[in-house]
Amino acid sequence: MQDDPVIRVISKVMIPTVMLFALYVQFHGDYGPGGGFQAGVIFASAFVLNAMIFGLNRGRHVWPAHLNLLAICAGVLLYGLTGVASLFLGANYLDYDVLGATAKSGQHIGILLVEFGVGLTVASVMVALFFTFAGRPTHVRLLSKMQAHEGARPPAPKDEAKSEAKTKATKDNKTGAHK
Amino acid sequence: MSGFLVNASLISLLTLIAILALRLHRLFAVVMLSGAFSLVAATLFVVLDAVDVAFTEAAVGAGISSILALATLSLVPAEEKPHSIAFVPAFLALATAAMLAIAVTDLPAFGDVNAPIHNHVAPEFIKGSADDIGIPNVVTSVLASYRGYDTLGETVVIFTAAIAVLLVLGGYTRPHRRKEKRRKNGEDKDAR
Repeated sequence: MQDDPVIRVISKVMIPTVMLFALYVQFHGDYGPGGGFQAGVIFASAFVLNAMIFGLNRGRHVWPAHLNLLAICAGVLLYGLTGVASLFLGANYLDYDVLGATAKSGQHIGILLVEFGVGLTVASVMVALFFTFAGRPTHVRLLSKMQAHEGARPPAPKDEAKSEAKTKATKDNKTGAHK
Repeated sequence: MSGFLVNASLISLLTLIAILALRLHRLFAVVMLSGAFSLVAATLFVVLDAVDVAFTEAAVGAGISSILALATLSLVPAEEKPHSIAFVPAFLALATAAMLAIAVTDLPAFGDVNAPIHNHVAPEFIKGSADDIGIPNVVTSVLASYRGYDTLGETVVIFTAAIAVLLVLGGYTRPHRRKEKRRKNGEDKDAR
């Protein structure tokens, strides 16, 4: 798809805009609709769009799998450790009052951290799911190609004749069974 | 009156899309219809003043779910196999729908101030949000602060789901096993 100039130019405008919008949804969630879940999905859709237009390999290059795994875990960890931090500061788990100078600023900091953790996990999970599902057909195709290649090394015509005979035989068997 | 018209048209559109999705056998069309279903449902949530839910429905249901379904579509045949109606499940579904429809008549009216849901912890959250947390969006303060445990659980659910999918489909196998498999396949071919 990357050969189409219209798609390429529009995607160059769209992808940064989508990412910026995701960041807006992420950090403006305290004031308007939005938050970590929505922002994560929107942020991931920018990477999905990139992979759909420029191919999976370049998409994987932009967001490598090992970093993705790290990001998935880092988001959950950030959420959990925010709770642990409030534990160490003498409050209940996930009670953000003690994180800042005043209770309100503590709540602001806590919500920001927690929402960022959610966003990070959701975004990287969505990218991982897309790459896993979309990467499968090529994987399967590659495998079958490899097998065909390996199968072609022994004398090919003989194999073909054999397989033809085999299919004929199975067909005959099937029709016989039907009768 | 106009509110009733909007609701009625949205609900009938939802029903129409659902019936169409059931009737069609081309899976591509079904995926597109499910995306449209989510979008109409999101509009319905906006009408109900649940903007955050609408946002999530539009982003997750209409956006990323459709893409994931399309990615899955490349692995399966393009058409659903024709099959006859399974009567026992159909009867069970209809019976459940009838029971739910009867139960709906027992619910308090939409927006009723005396409904139990508005008299439990909700008033405390709505009144306290400005003083305790000080952010204008009460949904965020409930989600991230008052109900922080639940959101942590949700995040862990997403995390677990991703790990499960990656383990099953991600192609993480031990290197020596992959070699063994290849060798086995090669031997099989030689034997033939």
